[in-house]
Amino acid sequence: MPKNKILILFFHPLFEKSCANKVLVRNIPKSENITFHDLYEEYPNFDIDIKREQSLLSQHDIIIWQHPLYWYNCPPLMKQWIDMVFEYDWAYGKKGEALKNKIIFQVITTGGEKESYCEKGYNQHHITNLIKPFNQTARVCKMEYLPPFVIHGTYKMTKRGCDKMGLIYGSLLYYLENNILDTNKILRYEYLNDWFSTIKK
Amino acid sequence: METDFLFRAVIYLSAAVLCVPIAKKLGMSSVLGYLFAGIIIGPFVLGFIGNEDENIIHFAEFGIVMMLFLIGLEMEPSRFWKMRKIFLGMGSMQLLGTSLAIFILCLLFTDWNWKIILAISLTLALSSSAVVLQNLAERGLQNSSVGQSSFAVLIFQDIAVIPILAFLPVLTTYIPNKVNDIHQSLISSFPSWLQAIIIIGIILMIYFLGRYFFVLLFKIIARTQLQELFTAAALLLVVSISCLMHLIGLSPALGAFLAGVVLANSEFRHELKSDIAPFKGLLLGLFFIGVGASIDFKLILENPEFIFIFGAMLTLVKFTVSFTTSRFYKKKMDQNISFALGLSQAGEFGFVIMSFCLQLHIIPTILGNQIMAIIAMSMVATPFLQLVYENYISPNLKIKENKKVTEDEIIEEHNPVIIAGFGHFGSTVGRLLRANNVKSTILDNDSDQITLLRKMGFKAHYGDATRLELLEAAGCKKAKLFIAAVGNSKINLQIIETLRIHYPNLKILTRAKNRVDAYELIDHRVEHVYRETLYSAVSMGVDVLVALGIRKYTATRQAIQFIKNDEMITRKLAKKRYNKMAYLTTIIAEIKMQEQILKNDLKSQEAATNHSWDSEYLKQKRQE
Repeated sequence: MPKNKILILFFHPLFEKSCANKVLVRNIPKSENITFHDLYEEYPNFDIDIKREQSLLSQHDIIIWQHPLYWYNCPPLMKQWIDMVFEYDWAYGKKGEALKNKIIFQVITTGGEKESYCEKGYNQHHITNLIKPFNQTARVCKMEYLPPFVIHGTYKMTKRGCDKMGLIYGSLLYYLENNILDTNKILRYEYLNDWFSTIKK
Repeated sequence: METDFLFRAVIYLSAAVLCVPIAKKLGMSSVLGYLFAGIIIGPFVLGFIGNEDENIIHFAEFGIVMMLFLIGLEMEPSRFWKMRKIFLGMGSMQLLGTSLAIFILCLLFTDWNWKIILAISLTLALSSSAVVLQNLAERGLQNSSVGQSSFAVLIFQDIAVIPILAFLPVLTTYIPNKVNDIHQSLISSFPSWLQAIIIIGIILMIYFLGRYFFVLLFKIIARTQLQELFTAAALLLVVSISCLMHLIGLSPALGAFLAGVVLANSEFRHELKSDIAPFKGLLLGLFFIGVGASIDFKLILENPEFIFIFGAMLTLVKFTVSFTTSRFYKKKMDQNISFALGLSQAGEFGFVIMSFCLQLHIIPTILGNQIMAIIAMSMVATPFLQLVYENYISPNLKIKENKKVTEDEIIEEHNPVIIAGFGHFGSTVGRLLRANNVKSTILDNDSDQITLLRKMGFKAHYGDATRLELLEAAGCKKAKLFIAAVGNSKINLQIIETLRIHYPNLKILTRAKNRVDAYELIDHRVEHVYRETLYSAVSMGVDVLVALGIRKYTATRQAIQFIKNDEMITRKLAKKRYNKMAYLTTIIAEIKMQEQILKNDLKSQEAATNHSWDSEYLKQKRQE
């Protein structure tokens, strides 16, 4: 079976202080099919090399936006990246087919607990609702948008909790690399975490 | 006649063009190159020129006048005032001390009469600005404490030349016909009180002319935008003042110096300097060739012991006096030695005074020639002495002298970063690092700067960073990064080459003065080159764009693109520039390079204008 090529686009303005993300990144399997791309390290001036980004996208099947959630949104470089890289007639528009049928999803870390992200909670909205702009962006670019992989409650997370999430993330990536995905089934879940827990048995 | 003149010009110029680069290559000053050129074409070696060329030498003496004008231009009153202590104190101490020492020693050991001895000691007390200033520049010490005091002493000497030249005729025993030749002036027939009034009047006139008339004239000429006219006016100024001084029987050099001082504060100072400098250089070159040609080696070979012993003694005496002077001013040991060694030779003004003495018949021809040979020899000796000092004596001395300053601390330190050169550039890097709690070891060759840095809590060490021992002691083995931020690009390159050989794994980041400097570094396969002129110029360009109404973010994006592109192009062009045709004609090469850069700029800015956020572009696309 041909393997899936995965591109992890990692956006974190203060990576050195994020325990959760450090553990996640450390658990990314070393594989020729998985590319880890640290954009704040690459473009500290927000001066994104569009052609290079587009060529990276073209070479992969599964795209992951990995980022923390700040003010219910992505870090600014990620928005800049979307603005610059998804060009008319490349990503969207009449001739824009470069991303067509690629799978895309987000890996999100939040300080707040999962319970706070609901109508009655402190944050009032479900994560799924908050990240709808990304969902829609992916749709316009003719990509297949999957539910996010979310790590909640990083403020209070213990070292052990972090490590556990890291292991799960690692095996998720390994699974994605090596299996054909039944996207219809995955779309039934709110979080990718929930779907993956059914897979692992 | 015509061909004869051209033929002579060919001889002089080709001698200069051949000899000066060779002298430079050997690490000697250009003055020595000219002297050797003169010796080679002179009667002793090839015999191309003989005594009939005396007119040329007389003409070339005008170079001295121009030199004094330029020295005058340097005499900006405010700068002068700041240096007044070292200038007057160290200057007079060095000059009087040396003259006195030579005078006494000669009285004791020779049988010359006191007039000759006085003339000789005044002649030899002067040091060579040409040798010293160039030496300082090559070692990047102009702004160090040693550099400042050397400069002050040299200026003092340069000014002292004027009274010395004025004083010499008093010594002559040749009064009857010769002095009339020299002092034949328009006003000599007037009564002396009237002469005095006229002289004072003329000096005042020079002041007012310089202050008002010439500044006004320069302004008008500057508006015509004709470069050559400005040069002509500058020459006119110097020549006419010399002429005037000559008419009233004063030294033209003094007049030129006065004019220079008067103009030192005007806005045309730099323009005048750059206009007159080439003439000065050429004429002085011609003068030194003449001096070289007039050294009579037959006389010298008759008594070589005298020349060598006298030369060695002279160097020793000058060294001792300068050393004592510097010591008296409480400089550090290494500064004392560096200063004293630098000033240990006799100088080009020695030739001027000696030829003047010969004209006045103060000194017998044989002795005069011997003295000139001694001056030339002492000038040749300085660079060699310095070499010996820096390689063999200074390392041992420094460890002894600055035990607490260098050795002990360096060895226990293992900072990740080493910064060589802590001037304006290096210190900025160092401050950013320190603000982020990164420890760095600093190397600099100015011990005053080091003392200051220590007070500020920096770990700074004195020394010459091209020396392997110092690099080793600074911890190059364990350091991660080396920052070569010395202002002198040659020294920077030397450091890099040493590091490459001995610490191949050390990552080196290098400061480059400009594009040309960067090419040189790229030629030597230096990876991380930072041009000090690039980033600030671009950042200014951004502000200009903004001032013209372009939005800041757009201008900033263009600037980032511009720098990226420029760095890429620089690497490309560094390789290309050795194409043979271009290399032959550097100016054409330079223009071509500019052209290529400009073309590339256009391309790059096209690339920078992508279509993000541009709704005009989208509308247009949708309609297609």
